[in-house]
Amino acid sequence: MSKGRFGEFGGQYIPETLMSEIHKVEEAYEHYKNDPEFQAELDQLFREYANRPSLLYYAKNMTEDLGGAKVYLKREDLNHTGAHKINNVLGQCLLAKKMGKKRIIAETGAGQHGVAAATGAALLGLECEVYMGKLDTERQALNVYRMELLGAKVHPVTTGTMTLKDAINEAMREWTRRVDDTLYCIGSVMGPHPFPMMVRDFQSVISKEARAQILEKEGRLPTAVMACVGGGSNAMGMFYNFINDKDVQLIGCEAAGRGVDTDQTAATVATGTMGVFHGMKSLFCQNEYGQIAPVYSISAGLDYPGIGPEHAYLNSIGRAQYVPVTDDEAVNAFEYLARKEGIICAIESAHAVAHALKIVPKMKKDDIVIICLSGRGDKDVAAIARYRGKDIHD
Amino acid sequence: MISIQDAFDHKKAFIAFITAGDPTLDKTKDYIREMAKAGADLIEIGIPFSDPIAEGPTIQNANVRALKHNVTTDQVFDLVKDLRQDVTVPFCFMTYCNVVYHYGYDRFFKKCQEVGVQGIIIPDLPYEECQEAKVVAKNYDIKVISMIAPTSKERVEMIAKESEGFIYLVSSMGVTGVRDQGSFANNLEDIVAHIKSVTDVKVAVGFGIHEPKQAYEITRFADGAIVGSGIVNLIAKYGDHADQAVYDYVKQMSDATKAE
Repeated sequence: MSKGRFGEFGGQYIPETLMSEIHKVEEAYEHYKNDPEFQAELDQLFREYANRPSLLYYAKNMTEDLGGAKVYLKREDLNHTGAHKINNVLGQCLLAKKMGKKRIIAETGAGQHGVAAATGAALLGLECEVYMGKLDTERQALNVYRMELLGAKVHPVTTGTMTLKDAINEAMREWTRRVDDTLYCIGSVMGPHPFPMMVRDFQSVISKEARAQILEKEGRLPTAVMACVGGGSNAMGMFYNFINDKDVQLIGCEAAGRGVDTDQTAATVATGTMGVFHGMKSLFCQNEYGQIAPVYSISAGLDYPGIGPEHAYLNSIGRAQYVPVTDDEAVNAFEYLARKEGIICAIESAHAVAHALKIVPKMKKDDIVIICLSGRGDKDVAAIARYRGKDIHD
Repeated sequence: MISIQDAFDHKKAFIAFITAGDPTLDKTKDYIREMAKAGADLIEIGIPFSDPIAEGPTIQNANVRALKHNVTTDQVFDLVKDLRQDVTVPFCFMTYCNVVYHYGYDRFFKKCQEVGVQGIIIPDLPYEECQEAKVVAKNYDIKVISMIAPTSKERVEMIAKESEGFIYLVSSMGVTGVRDQGSFANNLEDIVAHIKSVTDVKVAVGFGIHEPKQAYEITRFADGAIVGSGIVNLIAKYGDHADQAVYDYVKQMSDATKAE
């Protein structure tokens, strides 16, 4: 079996044209991850550009209202560009520079990773081209313009379902066309090795900080940490430094869309099966002949038919638990957090908040949960209004 | 018994590709018979996949047309079984890893042997990952075709040494689709020589070839030419009525491949 495995999950299932390059990325990353100078540069970008460390905020109102465990929010929404995506992008853009690349390409769903990629590229002087499903460019027109402001070129993808999965297909095709001077800056803990490992490492700053912060505030570890899961990068970041703390529950919240018993869902662990796609062996939503299923969620960032291989592994060994959360539950949680704590979070992150609303009241007063607020919700306001029957323009 | 070697027996091979179910399974059968009659030495039958990441727009659209009426892997096996009553050119499937993996490697390759398919090309199953399929395919004498690309460089020997059936040399960077000769990698001849220095397995070149002149020139140094998008374009254009066009085109390309 090849490198980059998490149990039987992972691997490098990509065309031969990309194999030499993927090995180069792997070698470069193996080198720089142990290079103190690289790590110091990245750390400086995190602190002085991305606004790290992000706050660990005690949600007092929510805690009192729910009457169970103490609730903390890991505020990735306060990062520059408004989401956890910047952590990974700064790491990969810095690696691209070190490798002598002059261009990055990226896929994006809601536009968060695309905006982060365009930002990192602008900062570090790289060209940037972003592939985005045509449907998503329409749903998130503001983010398209934001990327253009940052100097990126956005390609609307008109194949397949015209959403995130198709944007990834097209970015991979583009990488086979032009690989020499280009790094494909994958936005989640997915794709061929080394991406699931590398993106997880860059995102693991979330749990590295959160673990130290909670120990400082409470003098003990949390009962559970929670995060939303599409491909799963903020969740892997939130889980990673707690994996060896066996008593800390790891809970991933998947987008169930209109429900896991409907075909309008994106809950991969709940409804998916083993498969090989987008460079990795993992769980995917697919039909009986292995055709990848069209998926649905109100959240464009969770609207993906697969899950990162390390999540599939953590699920298979029972170390992490994955639960489905519907559109309705997520929208209610979105509004709840706005009113209770004065925080408008991303609809993606609201999936984790929604599950907390279910479990926190049943927990004991001395339990602690940390919810990763992966992003801020400005981008979602118009869609939530529409969901509630109010027609406002972005 | 039909073997992939038949395609290269004392001649240059013309390898023709078609997506099963484009535009319908019945027409695919007709077109495969036309291609065999016109001189195709090996026929690649594409099992459609929802997300064909190595394909350009032409073959992507063929996949969309086929999947529109829910062509299934089982129906493609039935199609081959039916063709084997009268068509004797070797067949290779061309599909993506998930189609085979999800069907089950053992069940899939057993079925290939039953219906009369000799090999398979899986573009997203590189050297590092192919063992899981290869060990099973071997039990049913199905060849898993290795691909080599202009970027393979120091990987060429490793891949060539373990290749079987034939080697699929990718002509250029990028995805499938018709190209000018100028866009073919300029080191193709060197790569073929490199391959030949380590193995006797035949080398066919694909991606972009669509004109007789290209097929002729490529087969001066390679053992075969593979053409996909050129054929699929005709099917896109003529739909259910592409029989004559497919025959004429394959005849022309096959003749050019075999010209002295």
